[in-house]
Amino acid sequence: MSNAIAVAGVGMHPWGKWGRPFVEYGVHAARAALTDSGIRWSDVDLVVGGETVRNGYAGYVAGSTFASALGWNGARVATSYAACATGAQALDTARARILAGLSEVALVVGADTTPKGFLAPNAGERWTDPDWLRFRLLGMTNPAYFALYARRRMDLYGATSEDFAQVKVKNARHGLENPNARYRKEVAVADVLGSAIVSDPLHLLDICATSDGAAAVVLTSLDYARRHGIADPVRVEAVSTVTPTFPNAVIDMPLLATDHAAGGAPERTFKESIAHAAYEEAGIGPDDVDVAEVYDLSTALELDWIEDLGLCKRGEAEVLLRAGDTTVGGRIPVNPSGGLACFGEAVPAQALAQVCELAWQLRGQATGRQVEGARVGITANQGLFGHGSSVVLAR
Amino acid sequence: MTTSTPAVPGWFTTGDEPRLVASRCTSCGTLVFPPPPPEAASFCRNPVCDGETHEPAELSRVGRVWSYTDAQYQPPAPYVPTTDPFEPFAIAAVELPEGLVVLGQVAAGYGVADLAVGAEVELVVETLDADESGERTIWRWRPTR
Repeated sequence: MSNAIAVAGVGMHPWGKWGRPFVEYGVHAARAALTDSGIRWSDVDLVVGGETVRNGYAGYVAGSTFASALGWNGARVATSYAACATGAQALDTARARILAGLSEVALVVGADTTPKGFLAPNAGERWTDPDWLRFRLLGMTNPAYFALYARRRMDLYGATSEDFAQVKVKNARHGLENPNARYRKEVAVADVLGSAIVSDPLHLLDICATSDGAAAVVLTSLDYARRHGIADPVRVEAVSTVTPTFPNAVIDMPLLATDHAAGGAPERTFKESIAHAAYEEAGIGPDDVDVAEVYDLSTALELDWIEDLGLCKRGEAEVLLRAGDTTVGGRIPVNPSGGLACFGEAVPAQALAQVCELAWQLRGQATGRQVEGARVGITANQGLFGHGSSVVLAR
Repeated sequence: MTTSTPAVPGWFTTGDEPRLVASRCTSCGTLVFPPPPPEAASFCRNPVCDGETHEPAELSRVGRVWSYTDAQYQPPAPYVPTTDPFEPFAIAAVELPEGLVVLGQVAAGYGVADLAVGAEVELVVETLDADESGERTIWRWRPTR
């Protein structure tokens, strides 16, 4: 028995630094997704909003924020918070109600507006909050965590700064014609290597920016899609929102230490388990995947994700990269949207933006970046405090 | 005369051979660093253990670098800068024999060029920052060779 639901419509607000209230971005994306679906707002019976608690927004963004801004229509409402994985959790909430027969048409929205510079914790003295302590005691920024993972690739697998730069070059090229991308400009290896080192070995252009943006998805039951003439829709085949399994032996932002792995490392790392759960739920494996959208907070992290998704063996992502396998036109294109390299991070919107891109890819509508003949796509993402996110889409 | 106190109480010992102090579940022995505050309830992190009591446990002083980096730009508050202009510092994630990886700044005077994945480091205690109330100390990792 299939647990699939239909992606009836997708929409985004372009990423950038627009200086507008995030609700405007969210409503723009929601209306775009509704238009794309051909479903009227009045027919939506569930709204799920993604929220962020960073920078004091808690309580301002909720499902009802968007429902109100679209004009109250009496829909049920839910709100999800899972840091960078918020979109997947929101999607999963909508899917559960649809599969249970409690809802037929769900609108899932995530939107954010972000400050300049390093993401920093909220003000105040919080001696029991690891997200505060890591700055206070260690000066440990987000890029410093990304740099730890990048350095391991270099020391263990022989990755080079040029490899990392090539990820940026590839993604910059992918995003050139993406109308929702913030950065649409070719980047050369020399540009990356010539940019300032933020946290060794990562340069400024290895690290994603923070952006304003919004993404929305309209989901329906397969039956509703059939009855309303949505022919051959993209289907959600799996949503993985797994937490880590003890002991989590890889240090995760924003923590100061790993779990105690007395008996050695577990069978799968947290990031590997995120993808594993998605594959298992969809009943497919890495060989079935045609295209992937992964969370390239840094260039090097894209390489980690390629391995976490099982698209190659551990330590071999650079081989794929150098062979052009992960470029559009290659064997397994990664981040055809341009990824965070071209978008920057808009936290509660990001996992939904990945789904939007894969929907366009599977429908053959990704102009200028189309992965030819793509039938199955997977997203991968991870949120602070143990939030996994991976979505399998198929058509 | 200034006083010198740990930036956080109970997380590390001081003296010639300082050590990190974890909490150890009295039922299954699972270690947790940083330790929960003494007054806090501590439900064991091990999902198959229902332990609720813990005791302090000193960790090994010497470990191996799991990975390392540095901060070449001044981190935002609540980081407290100690120099103006900002001077970069290195950071290491260190795997201890007990089976935990613990982050720390790298000892003053050492940078990323002094580190490698797998290299041996030892725990030292140095000054994190200071104000009119005195110095606050923190654990750091120092290459042993």
